[in-house]
Amino acid sequence: MILALILASLFAIIRVVRFPVLDAATRLFISFFRGTPLLVQLFLFYYGLPQLFSFLTAIDGVTAAIVGLTLHFSAYMAESIRAAILGVDRSQWEAAKSIGMSTGQMMRRIILPQAARVAAPTLINYFIDLIKSTSLAFTLGVTELMGAAQKEAAGSFLYFETFIVVAVIYWVVVESLAFVQSKIENRLSKAVSR
Amino acid sequence: MIQIRGLTKIYNGVPVLNGIDLDIKKGERIAIIGPSGTGKSTLLRCINFLETPEQGEYILDGESIDVQKANAAQIKEMRLRTAFVFQNYALFANKTARENIAEGLITVRGEAKETAFERANEILQNIGLADKADAYPASLSGGQQQRVGIGRAMASNSELMLVDEPTSALDPEWVDEVLQLLTRVAQAHQTMLIVTHEMAFAKEIADRVLFMEGGRIVEQGPPEKIFTSPDDPRTRSFLRKVL
Repeated sequence: MILALILASLFAIIRVVRFPVLDAATRLFISFFRGTPLLVQLFLFYYGLPQLFSFLTAIDGVTAAIVGLTLHFSAYMAESIRAAILGVDRSQWEAAKSIGMSTGQMMRRIILPQAARVAAPTLINYFIDLIKSTSLAFTLGVTELMGAAQKEAAGSFLYFETFIVVAVIYWVVVESLAFVQSKIENRLSKAVSR
Repeated sequence: MIQIRGLTKIYNGVPVLNGIDLDIKKGERIAIIGPSGTGKSTLLRCINFLETPEQGEYILDGESIDVQKANAAQIKEMRLRTAFVFQNYALFANKTARENIAEGLITVRGEAKETAFERANEILQNIGLADKADAYPASLSGGQQQRVGIGRAMASNSELMLVDEPTSALDPEWVDEVLQLLTRVAQAHQTMLIVTHEMAFAKEIADRVLFMEGGRIVEQGPPEKIFTSPDDPRTRSFLRKVL
């Protein structure tokens, strides 16, 4: 989650500042990861790539799932961060530049903190989606919540009971995140509340 | 102190600044007047490199900067030597009044947070907003925001203060407090370049008044001369309309 956020911020800045080569590369990256299904990407990483590069066979399902989910969601988050950055009033950029800040200082101290307030609700949406998407890791042979449930149900035939428990667990996790969300949003908007 | 030679800025093929030459002496307070869209603000923005001019030269203490070839270090030098006061205040929305004033000292000039905050407190006292130190811009009136904007410029101790229509965005009730503060700053012989539509104010504080039209300095001189017996018919016709 954190990794995806950091990566997404980097991509967003690259796109906003328009670093020559990196911008084009980032565009292609985002286009690919938004344009193809997550499941396909995970399979490609875990089952496909090791056929081309033998050193990748050493990667286990957990790592592959983390890398895949990170890249996939960073592509989505980059676009919402980019939109939030562009939403920060032009005068804020000019004021930062006028006092002699470098682009990095301006982003870190002025622009990103303001963009964060705007981006927070959609980013948390992606986090929620990310948490639920970890259930796809069982297709890579990872025994996470869903994989464990699958085995349990197959052994006991208690399909409904097992999967309702799984659903409730996800629900509780996501709801607690939603609780954190309201805290974060309050904090980020303290500068604009009167 | 700062000399400007042949400054030219072109927007979409139209020259907005048309070869401006200007010498700014230390301690001099220069007011720029003229009709809208004649490049007054653009001139200030070019000096601060918020805009990149197409042509021209800045000479700082004998060191010449070609505007087209200026590198990052030279741009930063110009920005450190000048402090900009914006028409729309442009306070950092995520920072308190105190942080707004201290930000440049900490981030750009590398001062310790404590000394920068101390300096910011002194300035807040000076501009009469000590009680608003922890307030965010959104909770301040327009006049208070602009005073913090001026405070931010004061904090930098820059040689030249660039003031771009400081009262144009203000409700009439806040104009006076801002002009009073700027008058005090001017009386302390801060070198300033002020674009303004407040003619009485320009007359009161300026050592020299520039009248600009069509991207050129049409006429300049001491306020007594410009406001009472200008030579150029364009200056006369403009002043007839605004006075």
